[in-house]
Amino acid sequence: MTISIDPQKTNNKSLQPKGWLRYFSFSLDHKVIGIQYLVCGFLFYLIGGTLASAIRIELASPMSDFMPRDVYNQVLTLHGTIMIFLWIVPVVNGAFGNYLIPFYVGARDMAFPRLNAVAFWLIPPSGLMLVSSYFVDGAAQAGWTAYPPLSITTPQSGQIIWILSVLLLGGSSIFGGINFIATIIKLRRPGLKLMQLPMYCWAMLGTSLLVVLSTPVLAGTLILLSFDIIANTGFFNPVLGGNVVVYQHLFWFYSHPAVYIMVLPAFGLVSEILPVHARKPLFGYTTMVFSIMGIVVLGLVVWAHHMFTSGTPPWMRLFFTIATAFIAVPTGIKFFNWVATLWGGKISINSAMLFSCGFIINFVFGGITGVALAQVPFDIHVHDTYFVVAHFHYIVYGGTVFIIFSSIYHWFPKVTGKMLDEKLGVLHFIITFIGFNLCFAPQHWLGLNGMPRRVAEYDPQFQFVNQISSLGALLMAISTIPFLINVFLSVRNGKNAGDNPWNALTPEWLTSSPPPVENWEGEAPLVKEPYGYGKKIS
Amino acid sequence: MTTLDSSKEIQKNNSEVNETHEDFRMFGLITFLIADGMTFAGFFAAYLTYKAVNPLPDGAIYELELPIPTLNTILLLISSATFHKAGKALLKDKNSDSQKWLFFTAFLGIIFLICQLFEYFHLPFGLTDNLFASTFYALTGFHGLHVTLGTLMILIIAWQSRINGGRLNSQNMFPLEAVELYWHFVDGIWVILFIILYLL
Ligand code: HEM
Ligand SMILES: [Cu+2]
Repeated sequence: MTISIDPQKTNNKSLQPKGWLRYFSFSLDHKVIGIQYLVCGFLFYLIGGTLASAIRIELASPMSDFMPRDVYNQVLTLHGTIMIFLWIVPVVNGAFGNYLIPFYVGARDMAFPRLNAVAFWLIPPSGLMLVSSYFVDGAAQAGWTAYPPLSITTPQSGQIIWILSVLLLGGSSIFGGINFIATIIKLRRPGLKLMQLPMYCWAMLGTSLLVVLSTPVLAGTLILLSFDIIANTGFFNPVLGGNVVVYQHLFWFYSHPAVYIMVLPAFGLVSEILPVHARKPLFGYTTMVFSIMGIVVLGLVVWAHHMFTSGTPPWMRLFFTIATAFIAVPTGIKFFNWVATLWGGKISINSAMLFSCGFIINFVFGGITGVALAQVPFDIHVHDTYFVVAHFHYIVYGGTVFIIFSSIYHWFPKVTGKMLDEKLGVLHFIITFIGFNLCFAPQHWLGLNGMPRRVAEYDPQFQFVNQISSLGALLMAISTIPFLINVFLSVRNGKNAGDNPWNALTPEWLTSSPPPVENWEGEAPLVKEPYGYGKKIS
Repeated sequence: MTTLDSSKEIQKNNSEVNETHEDFRMFGLITFLIADGMTFAGFFAAYLTYKAVNPLPDGAIYELELPIPTLNTILLLISSATFHKAGKALLKDKNSDSQKWLFFTAFLGIIFLICQLFEYFHLPFGLTDNLFASTFYALTGFHGLHVTLGTLMILIIAWQSRINGGRLNSQNMFPLEAVELYWHFVDGIWVILFIILYLL
């Protein structure tokens, strides 16, 4: 059918707009689409970040004085939804996936370029729809999890718009996933074996499997939820005989895998960046592959660890605690592999490397609190407190967002042919790292002492620690300034990068920077050892 | 821009990809159907959980009769076979035979939908009456949507397999194969749905 025009036949690509205009067009070039994802995601990141600042300003004092309580709920919901569905997921999957995967498999484009463009262009309208719901009749108030009965009883229009845009974003994500699976499995250059692929391919294969298997369940669940809101059915409405716990099961069947959809690609990206800047082969390639696939399988059977306080029966608690604890094994393997990759390497301390190391530190911390949360007796105490907020920000921000920045420093020369400024980059890292830890480390303490999450007011005894946290948030907001300045200055008159400033061996560097429309002037290179640093290249 | 040599390269690459072309479109479709199947899996899981833990309140009516859905099951199973026939005929370039089989398949699909609607109008419960009723309509409705879409697509490819000027022939089988796979998938889901909703 028409969704699949094969990449090579679309020679009319040369007819498409050139220059900056192409970034606003329905371009089929995977590199253009990748940048579209990245820039679009970053704009939403700025919106989500503004909302986060509003939250931290509100929480600098125990009373609800900066905004009314229902506005706080809306801000909180929009913040979470935007950050997850419009920033993290589209950027670590869509942006870097589209830019890099065709290079890595030695192809000239993705398997289904048209589907790819459709997947991207679903994002801006649904994002704008979501944001504008705030101005229509108030945005949704039920948090990014949209738990009923709250989501059924809060004002309808905001919640319905929320559901609609999450459905569209989910659709975009599924189309993307199908495309990545087909590209990695079917579009590999002849002679290139699966076990020779750069690690990011494996990460994206695993992620896309999770996307394809779990996102449709979220879609179905949200459709049922919308029936409850519009048509007065009672799937999740206890008043009408429905069952809220079923919603939670279905939701977390998607959303636990979703946390891996947010972090597995980052695992892949860091595995590309570390070997280049440490001049060493990636340690334990095979174990990396198996731990990614192990995480995919285990990730599908741990969802109820989010529901230990939902009247979950004892056998279920036992099963999900054990399954969750098991996930720490492949995750730990990956951690040790990264450390071993650095060990004894010729490390360049540049911005990309700093952000990657920041990722390793923060991620380990978030992983440890994760395993702690999986223990029922502990979780019952801290569930729905700031401890959970601290846990997942250590992983989503300290982990994934750090890697997004690391990747931008690493691949900026590839995309633009210019270098980013290192001084500003290091400054960006230092402020981000301090700000991030200042913001979220104290939240562990707040949670352990019983401060509930998602509430605009709190016990005055927590004020001081909350102010420290807000100070950290201020630093995080400031940290984007050197970054933005850096990007603008470097795009205009950055140092020329040459084709391969890092002397990297992965295939995307074996062409000019920026690359030509179909990636290589000649035949795609056959890279059997993407991490062959420190070895004699024959 | 590209030199003469490299444009030759691209040419070569073109033909290479064209050979595996059919292949990965089917692959993409299968991936999509797995995703679609997961949506149904979610609905089924919800229905079964409700059955296990949410007893119907007193006085609630949730009664299903077997004759119509049994007939519908048979209709869909036959339609899978007739679709297969259409594919076989097209492979032998017997376009008009293929077209006949396709129209017959679409006809069975339409009868299925009519029966389904007939059942809806004669059921003793409505969408919002109780939890099972809602789940019943959600599941059968979502499936019915798939049948509707499938029937429309069958009509389109039937039109395209006309002898003069049609796009479909033994060289271009993909649209037919794609719709056929989708149709078998929808039938398979119906069989599961029939067992879970009506027989269990
Ligand atoms: C090392 C593996 C991990 C373990 C064992 C783990 C465990 C947990 C547990 C048990 C909870 C539930 C806490 C509660 O609500 O009481 C939780 C919450 C959460 N985790 Fe993790 N986690 C891990 C990794 C991750 C990763 C990789 C991410 C994201 C990229 C993540 C994101 C989240 C989020 C977003 C929540 C909160 C969801 C909410 O209620 O809004 N976690 N984690
Ligand atoms: Cu989880």
